[in-house]
Formats: sequence, structure tokens, C-alpha cells
Amino acid sequence: MAEIKNYTMNFGPQHPAAHGVLRLVLELDGEVIVRADPHIGLLHRATEKLAEHKTYLQSVPYMDRLDYVSMMVNEHAYVMAIEKMAGIQVPLRAQYIRVMFDEITRVLNHLLWLGASGIDLGAMTMFFYTFREREDLFDVYEAVSGARMHAAYYRPGGVYRDLPDTMPQYLPNKIRSAAAVKKMNENRQGSVLDFLEDFTRRFPGYIDEYETLLTDNRIWKQRTVGIGVVSPDRAKAMGFTGPMLRGSGVEWDLRKTQPYEVYDKLDFDIAVGVEGDCYDRYLVRVEEMRQSNRIIKQCINWLRQNPGPVIADSVKFVPPGRESMKQNMEELIHHFKLFTEGFQVPAGEAYAAVEHPKGEFGIYLVSDGANKPYRMKIRAPGFPHLASLDEMGRGHMIADLVAIIGTQDIVFGEIDR
Amino acid sequence: MMELLQTLQLLGQDLLGAAWMPVWTVIKIMLIVLPIMGTVAYLTLMERKVLGFMQIRPGPNRVGYWGLLQPVADGIKLLTKEFIIPNGSNKFLFVAAPVLALTPALAAWAVIPFDDGMTLANVNAGMLYLIAMTSLGVYGIIIAGWASNSKYAFLGALRSAAQIVSYELAMGFALVCVLLAAQSMNFGDIVRGQSHGNGMLGWYWIPLFPMFIVYFLAGVAETNRAPFDLAEDESAIVAGFHTEYSGMGFAIFFLAEYANMILIAALTSVMFLGGWLPPFDIAPLNQIPGLIWMIGKMSVMLFIFLWFRATFPRYRYDQLMRLGWKVFIPLTLIWVVVVAAWMQTPYWLW
Repeated sequence: MAEIKNYTMNFGPQHPAAHGVLRLVLELDGEVIVRADPHIGLLHRATEKLAEHKTYLQSVPYMDRLDYVSMMVNEHAYVMAIEKMAGIQVPLRAQYIRVMFDEITRVLNHLLWLGASGIDLGAMTMFFYTFREREDLFDVYEAVSGARMHAAYYRPGGVYRDLPDTMPQYLPNKIRSAAAVKKMNENRQGSVLDFLEDFTRRFPGYIDEYETLLTDNRIWKQRTVGIGVVSPDRAKAMGFTGPMLRGSGVEWDLRKTQPYEVYDKLDFDIAVGVEGDCYDRYLVRVEEMRQSNRIIKQCINWLRQNPGPVIADSVKFVPPGRESMKQNMEELIHHFKLFTEGFQVPAGEAYAAVEHPKGEFGIYLVSDGANKPYRMKIRAPGFPHLASLDEMGRGHMIADLVAIIGTQDIVFGEIDR
Repeated sequence: MMELLQTLQLLGQDLLGAAWMPVWTVIKIMLIVLPIMGTVAYLTLMERKVLGFMQIRPGPNRVGYWGLLQPVADGIKLLTKEFIIPNGSNKFLFVAAPVLALTPALAAWAVIPFDDGMTLANVNAGMLYLIAMTSLGVYGIIIAGWASNSKYAFLGALRSAAQIVSYELAMGFALVCVLLAAQSMNFGDIVRGQSHGNGMLGWYWIPLFPMFIVYFLAGVAETNRAPFDLAEDESAIVAGFHTEYSGMGFAIFFLAEYANMILIAALTSVMFLGGWLPPFDIAPLNQIPGLIWMIGKMSVMLFIFLWFRATFPRYRYDQLMRLGWKVFIPLTLIWVVVVAAWMQTPYWLW
């Protein structure tokens, strides 16, 4: 009898389900996966090395581009590491703003994940629904930072500026008449907080819509229940964090276990799965969106009642106000120093981690006292997740592998860095 | 419409005598194929519009008023693109495959009655002819997948072959039920068999309701449409059997897929929804020409095709097989017996 050999297939990097530039070399027995070998490095931009040649502040925008789906949370870990080393006290209002934007970012990330993994499994319509909501949240990003994705809004010591009183407005154009634009601008008349509050009121209804389409859908369940099961022990052993770990039933969330900023003052729950399959991870993420919505609401209430500074009063790290810079010699010197050579961070090392939408996102910084880091190491949550793809996918079919890639919420910006 | 065709035929006969017959057949073929091609083009627009509205976006609206010229623009684009034949492919089969897919999809239309007596070939074994034609369509897909010399295309072709073989059985048994009920294989007689009752209550969708569902779903699976579009499962195997096709080759596969969709819609209307019959045999409704009713019913079925696509995730390959073999085939087998027994009782009202 002829020897039967397994089939090798190259999956990606140019592939509709590759989520960017994932390349897998699959060994197939018919349609069943015998081995899945992820090849990474196609989006490597040497962020860690670049950071060694830039001042501390110049690396903030690079953080946006790591996991380009959850921009501000990446910045958060980075500025937290600097603050830890330099011992900067962040004003409470800035902490609330950061937490609020972390949660907005979490919703943004999970919405993209939901849409993309919907498309992976053929539920095309999800994508358009989730992008409707993403537009609103991008508008909030735009209102505070001017950029819709790569915000560069967080600063060591706080955030760049306070929440503005106006929202960006739609303008009439060739396609949309003034009347149509007026209707679109209806909920944009107040401040950013008003707009966001309106969003938090609408959002639970939207999540219900998604769940109507997917949660009890028989096909969706057939495609996700029992697929890519990871036991709690294996999940811990493989370094899972975030929804991937919680989906396996491990109660671990940095927001609860090592609270940073004001998470200990906020009321929210952690969603935990039972089976550790794709369906549980889906449910965990959907519930996380609801919880994020709760946190955003609490932050809005607090921020409305408590005005105050949004960046630390620390002359050596925070640039002076524009007016005082124009009038005071001392401030002018600080301004000049900060925007030419940047600030120096005392020698030492620090690791700061945040609960990123995908898991634990950590920045390890080593400083030799200069104006740029001696070494920066990024702990990207997606990396261990992708590394487990072989184990999760073994014995499943090709179509399940797509579901598993979807459930891992892979973004190559952070894996390749 | 019918009168017009008859006058035309008489005129032609006077003019050409015996030579008229083939000419007239060609004219009739043209009268069927050209509208189908037009419908295929505008079905793509309808699909994009319907999907657009279901997905809170406007759909194509730039080319022509309301996007009405979009299919024309798409056609020109596909025609002018290069038809790339990959190295290592079997060139002859690679080129022949799209043709093999499209030809049966169009040939099957020969036996479809659009109105009372309005059919190209009024054959008594129409149903057999139709089963034969729809089964041939899969050869185009299998050959395309094999000739492309691509692993993705090959997997798509394998899936498609397995899928069509299993769903053909369920479809065949559903047709047997219709055959039993109508006691004829002639599609004209099948529709006439549904005219005895009270309007739409006399159609076969009531006694054969499970078969109506099975037939339509099997039809969705046969045409490789969502949620059964595994042969071109774009998230796993890129574009399945037509991964390597570009330009006109791709366009022809596209035409075949849509022509098949329309065919399934037409067959479902003919066999279960009374074809050209009005839903109620009362004054304003039965004045409307049968052709309009036929087109209306087909449009509803086509809308359901698109609705499925907007709503459901995709089945996995083995789940699709399970649905076919473990649900549809047993159900149809049982229903054949049920209908056969039912027809022997006085409770058979159709």
C-alpha cells in the first residue's frame, strides 16, 4: 500500500482570516489539523530597540501602534512604568480619566474582536453593527486627542489635557444634507461626558442586539462550543491572561487582584467562564463589555462632580502651562529642556502592568538615569496566546482553527512589536 | 404576452416554413437566457442592497441613480481584467471548468414553466432532466478545484463534491414527494395539480411542508450559499474552488452561482408555491398575468437567500454533512412514506 503522507498547507500571511500578517504552516490529515506552526515577525518594527533611542515622551505614540486596537491601554502601562520609577503622583481626576479611557478602549477592542470573529465564522453582519458603536467611541478619542486611533493622550503624570466641553461635529457635504447632519449631531451638542453618557445608555441595548444574533444561535454554538478547550491548569501554564484565562475559569484580573489607578474604588464584576472553550471566551468578552459600560458610567459621574488638575504638578516631568511659559524665565527653561532633551528618569528599573483588553500588558523599563530608557521590554498578552495555537488547534478542523484564531484576539502589532 | 408569442410564431411559420422550427427555438432560448443573465446581474445589486440595509449601510449608490448601473460597471471591470492561468494548472480544464459550471445552470431552465404553457421544452420527464442538470453543475466546481493546482481550491472542490452528493439525495427525495403528490414529472402538470384547492391552500407547501423546507435548504446548500458556503469558505480556504480564478473565469462562476440561485427559487415556486397560480382565485388577483406571480414568488425566495446570508454564521464541513445525512435524509425518507400512505386515505385534499 502506498504510504499516506500528511498535507502541508501555508495559511497566510495573505489570508482573509490571518488577522493581519499571521502565517501558519499547517500539517493536515484531510481537514484535521495535526500541527499548526505559527510564523511570526512579519510586522516586526523593533519598538523595543527604537525606545532606547528616543526620549521617554517620544515613545508614547509608539505604544499606540503596538496593539493598534487598544491604543490607550498600551500607553497606560508605559506611562505607569515611568511614573513608578520617577515617583510621580498622578492627580485623582487624571486617574479617573485614564480608567474611563481604558474601559472605552476595552469596549473598542472587544467590539472589533466580536465583529472580526463573527466574520471568521461567517456571521458577516456583526462586523457592521460593532463598527457603528466603534465610530462613536472613536469620536470620543478624537474629542480628547484629535486622533481617532493613535491618540497619544496619556502622559507621565496624567493626561495631556482635560476633557473638552464640545464634541466634534459632522459637517454637511455632497452626500449628507444639512438636515441629515443636524440629526447626526443631535447627541453631540454637549460635552464629551454628555456624549459618552448618552452612549452608555444606548450601549447595553446594542449588546443585547449582538447577543440576539449570536448567543443562542445554533450555528454559532455549534461552531464555538467545545472548540479550543483549555483547562485552567494549562491556561496558567501557558501564560494566558485576560479573557483567555478567565474563559478557562481562572479568576484573575489585574483590575481586581492588583488594583491600579482607581479600580479599587469602582464597582464592577469579573466575568469568568466554565468550560474554557471558544463559546465561554465569547461570553466572557461580551460580559466584559457590559462591565466596562458600568465602569464608564461611574467614571462619568465622578468626573462631572470633581473638577481639578489632570496632570501632576511636577516641574521636572510635566511641561509648564503656556501662559506661565511666556512670562517666567524658570518655566521657559523647563519648557526648553523638556522639549529638547526630555526628562531624566532616575536610575533603576520598574515593571508596570495593566489589564489590557487582551490580557496582562506589561512594560519593563530599565533606566540608567539618562533621558531615554536603557532597555524596554514589552510583555504582550497576545504572544503566549499565539504560542498556544498549536495545542489549542490540534485535532480540530481548519474551520475550527479559524475560530480559535478569532477567539485568541490576535493583533500582530503587539506580538511582533 | 402569450398572444404576442403566438402571433410571432404564426408569422414566422408563414415566412420560413419548416426552417422556422430551429429559428423559433433559438429565439425562445434567447428569451429565457437573456432575462436570466439580466436577472443575475441585478440580483447581485439586490444582494448588495439587501445586505446593505440589513447591515445599516446604504449599499452601492454611486454608479447611476440608486446604484442601478453598478452591475454594468462590475461586468465591465471583470471583462477587462486579465484572466490569469496559473503555472502548473491544467490549462484546458482550467478554462473549461467555468463553462461546465454555467452550462447546466442555464440548461436546466429549459423545463421551467413561467406561465401556463410558457416553457421551452414541455417534457414529461422534466423533473428527471432537472435532477440530471443540477447534478452536472458540481463537475465544474470539482474540475476547477483540481485544475487550479492550489491546495485551497482543492479543499474547496472536495468539500463541494461531498456536500452536493449528500444534499442531492435529500433534494431527490423531496422531489419524490412532489412527484407522488402531483403524479407527474412534468412541471406544467405539477403546477396544474396545485390548482384544485382554494388558492394558496391548494399548493403543495401545506401537505409537503417539511419537504418545502428541506428542499429549499438543500437548494441553498447546493448553490453554495451562506450558511452552507463551505466550498468558498473565505475565512478558512480563501475563496475555495475559485481561488485562482480572475476576470471572466471568476465572473462565469459567479453567473453560475446566481443562475443556480434563481433556478432553485423558481423550482421552489413551481413545486411548492403554485408556480404561476395566484394565491387566491378571486377577481383582482387572477387578472394579474401568471408570469408576474411566478416572478413575485421567485423574488421572495431569493430574498430569503439573501436574508440567510446576512443572518447566519457558517456551518463547519462535518456539521453540514451531519445535517444532510442525519436530519434531512431521514426526514425526507419518512415523509415519502407518510405522503404515500396519506394519499391512500380520503384525507388527501390536494
